[in-house]
Amino acid sequence: MAEIIQEEKGKKGGKRRPKKQSTRIDMTPMVDLMCLLITFFMLTTAFSKAKVMVITMPDKENKDDKDKNQPQIAAFRTLNIILSEGNKVYYYIGMADPKKPPLPALIKTDFSKDGIRKILLDKNRDLFTKIAEYRDKRVTGKIVVADTTLDSEIKKMKRDDKKGPIVLIKADEKAKYKDIVNIIDEMAICNIASYAIVDINSVEKDMLKNAPK
Amino acid sequence: MPKIKPPVRTPHIDMTPMVDLFSVLLIFLLLTASFRPQEAAVITTPQSISEKTAPDADLMTIFVAKDGKVYFNIDNGRDTSTHFRSKLLEKIGEQYKIKFTKAEIAKFGTMSSFGLPIKDLKTWLNTKESKDKDKLQTGIPMDSTDNQLAWWVREARLTNVGAEVAIKGDADTDYKLVKKVMDLLQDNKVNKFNLVTNLQHQEVTLKDLPPAAK
Repeated sequence: MAEIIQEEKGKKGGKRRPKKQSTRIDMTPMVDLMCLLITFFMLTTAFSKAKVMVITMPDKENKDDKDKNQPQIAAFRTLNIILSEGNKVYYYIGMADPKKPPLPALIKTDFSKDGIRKILLDKNRDLFTKIAEYRDKRVTGKIVVADTTLDSEIKKMKRDDKKGPIVLIKADEKAKYKDIVNIIDEMAICNIASYAIVDINSVEKDMLKNAPK
Repeated sequence: MPKIKPPVRTPHIDMTPMVDLFSVLLIFLLLTASFRPQEAAVITTPQSISEKTAPDADLMTIFVAKDGKVYFNIDNGRDTSTHFRSKLLEKIGEQYKIKFTKAEIAKFGTMSSFGLPIKDLKTWLNTKESKDKDKLQTGIPMDSTDNQLAWWVREARLTNVGAEVAIKGDADTDYKLVKKVMDLLQDNKVNKFNLVTNLQHQEVTLKDLPPAAK
């Protein structure tokens, strides 16, 4: 323990003085420990925040007046993605109407870089190029905008988009939760303006049975 | 004459101010850090590029585990005086005609996620051994005859009006089950979900665009 030893003055001579001891404590180990703890806390607090992905579903009650209010969408713009067992992804373009044969063929693809992403990028070329160029300009410093402005600008571009695909995501009963998250993620990566998660219908279920394995 | 040798001294830096500063930092970090509460089940979330962080208060979370069990969690709210959890338990107790004691309600207020039928809730609260506690966690029933999860969601929505809803599903859960949870939430007028994911960076640039087909 550190003690303060007062120097006794004025007593010279025979008496043995107690040995002069340093009053300093070596704080190095303490500092070491503190550094470690601080680093630990800083790192853990920053990384423990969970990330979320927000999806908004249409209100269920509006389903009743579906026929009246639903916007008419061009069939060639619709891209149907069907998720199935074992991370398989199928897609077809247009509408599958049993009254108007032939039914479109399901094309099999996957979640890899050259899979569904290539198709989405190809379909969404105009909007994707626009957004990517805007981002590039910002990165290279040609335009200076705040993060919020960037977000609203991109939102505006998405809203004004009239050419890009309208993606309908349908999941088979055997699909995993991961697949849905992956496909919504793909939408975000490819800057798809409009997409929705919808229920699979019986026609598509039949198509899936005959689809390439 | 011999040279006068200066006494050899080890250089000594006064570390006191440094230590002071570090102490302050450490105390600050310790107090502000919110530790991740013990979760009822191990859930590996799927990965996404989303960088949005989950709100740290006013959040209702529904856990969907790999084995199909469903757990529920709600926090006490940003304001420490609100005690949403305790209020929620009282309401649920009224609904199912179970009387919880004050101690039980207080205890429930400090806990986190749970997944068990309401009838087992009292036993669960009074069990001390964590092993026995885990045995009681059989998932919240959500069959059409007795949809307890719907009750939890409904009452939680009424207790904490501003609460957001998060779904934390295991990557390998069947989508069917998650869909069921989503449908249930939509029946309770929740149309915006936060899907809890792990961050994974992926970048796509103009170079990745496939060549245009002419």
